[in-house]
Amino acid sequence: MINWLMQIVTLTRFSLGTVPQRKGAATAAAVGIGGVVAVLVGVLSIAEGFRAAMATTGDDDLVIVLRSGADSEMTSGLSREETRLIADAPGVARTADGPLASSELFVIINLLKRSTGTDANVPLRGVTNGAAVRGDIEIVEGRAFEPGRNEVMVGVGAARAFAGLEVGGRIRVAQVDWEVVGVFKGGGGAAESEIWTDAAVLQPAFQRGDSFQSVTARLTSPSAFATFKDALTTNPRLQVKVFKQSEYLAEQSSMLTGFIQSIGVFIAAMMALGAVFGALNTMFSAVAARAREMATLRALGFGSSPIIISVLLESVILAVAGGGAGALASYLAFDGFQAATINWQSFSQVAFAFSVTPPLLVFAILWAVAIGIVGGLFPAIRAARMPVATALREV
Amino acid sequence: MSERNGALVHIERVNKTFRRGAEEIHILSQLNLEVPQGEFLALMGPSGSGKTTLLNLIGGLDRPTSGSVRIGGDSIDQMSNRRLAAWRARHIGLVFQFYNLLPVLTAERNVELPLLLTGLSSSQRRRHVEAALSVVGLTHRAKHYPRTLSGGEQQRTGIARAIVTDPTLLLCDEPTGDLDRKSGDEILALLQALNREHGKTIIMVTHDPHASARATRTVYLDKGRLSSEKPE
Repeated sequence: MINWLMQIVTLTRFSLGTVPQRKGAATAAAVGIGGVVAVLVGVLSIAEGFRAAMATTGDDDLVIVLRSGADSEMTSGLSREETRLIADAPGVARTADGPLASSELFVIINLLKRSTGTDANVPLRGVTNGAAVRGDIEIVEGRAFEPGRNEVMVGVGAARAFAGLEVGGRIRVAQVDWEVVGVFKGGGGAAESEIWTDAAVLQPAFQRGDSFQSVTARLTSPSAFATFKDALTTNPRLQVKVFKQSEYLAEQSSMLTGFIQSIGVFIAAMMALGAVFGALNTMFSAVAARAREMATLRALGFGSSPIIISVLLESVILAVAGGGAGALASYLAFDGFQAATINWQSFSQVAFAFSVTPPLLVFAILWAVAIGIVGGLFPAIRAARMPVATALREV
Repeated sequence: MSERNGALVHIERVNKTFRRGAEEIHILSQLNLEVPQGEFLALMGPSGSGKTTLLNLIGGLDRPTSGSVRIGGDSIDQMSNRRLAAWRARHIGLVFQFYNLLPVLTAERNVELPLLLTGLSSSQRRRHVEAALSVVGLTHRAKHYPRTLSGGEQQRTGIARAIVTDPTLLLCDEPTGDLDRKSGDEILALLQALNREHGKTIIMVTHDPHASARATRTVYLDKGRLSSEKPE
């Protein structure tokens, strides 16, 4: 076994030692693989950032209640009586001010995107107790809106992405001017893409009477979920469905995340096909250039399997070097890049940052390894199968 | 490692045929050869006569179409590729016309290569390499890469690599074919010393009568058959 490993080490050292003699082809293959990895990381960092923006706020003890049959807040509707029953249900956390539940309205308004100057859908949320329930809302500029007034506070993502959302600015919604009085952070989650106001002011502006669309509540603990859910779903006065907020947001982002991931993998697969041919070409020429030396080693008694493994290792090392450079370039170019896109499931914009995460980098490097293995396999088999006596005559 | 009758190499009714398209080319026909232990045999013949093919059969680098090849009692034509590779590593030292050194390794690392297939420790390997380089008179060039060595020095390195495992049989394919007369003479003197002083059995393919004169016996190969007389 030690001999076998020594053979592999020697052969790999020999193979890598000849790379400078083939630096043109080796660099082309490594750059090709690096390009594939850079694109893969770049595209998937969009999905990763979007998923993170949607999921960050999903604490396990936060729940959201919609009318049964509704797929999202957009299509849901709840009366004040229903929201009161939900807030009073067992399992909901309480403070001295009452239950930690917020009855909310969710409407879509039009604002101009700073980047393109075009119209975009932006979510405007009316809340009754939104900040207290979520717990991670932090005013970073200005102040919170005052109940009963046409004032809004905006998430940092929304403030960055859309025009007119500076503190002191005004937006015109439903024939009424609303003053922007503050900017808030929401733990990097979906709330940061939203504009918030008092639900009681939003209801008449959008002729919603005394209805809401959802209730977001904080439970006493994650384990209270079953009790809470059972109490609501068995109450004959309610027709609702109950989600953990993390599951709801994941489901709300699943379509776009899945689409971006599919596109990313598809593009990377197409590019990988090209890179495989590049690697094949490099490794075939490497094997051809070293045919006599490899035959000499086999004549001396070196086995076929160490030769196959050494060729594969060289290919994988080239691929990892190229892939690593591509991943690094992609990280430097894309990580933290700010963007906003429409979430088709809520028809509203979500502001998010491209996110090049460690698991994504590992995935990309594994992709490069796969390209290296596929690109090196056939040349490796060819090197091992070439008759020794024939290859020794190669000059 | 020698057979009962003292022959180290025992080749019996060996045929070797190649196919080129539909054509069948007979390289060796019903060939018989015995090489006693301790002999320095020169194998001569015109180009394309099958000298190298015969050498490859003896070294287990190729297989006969029919017939048997026994080296020291081992029927190598019956061995699997894996066993044959291990057998070669133990029993055969190969010297090539163009040296076949690995350009990215120094002379001493080239010489060490066959020892990597043994169970020797690195210090044992180092001692063997020093001894082999000393035999060929190249100790002072141990750290040099092949491209910085002369042709004669490269061939000496090749010979050191061939003898470093103390093989049963040395097979030399035109060992002086790429060298000038002076360097060639030095290599032949070295091979002769290995035969006389170290008892190595050597089979050497050569075109050069000057080289074959160093051998203890010369056989001629022509039209796939061996004879002890030079063909007309």
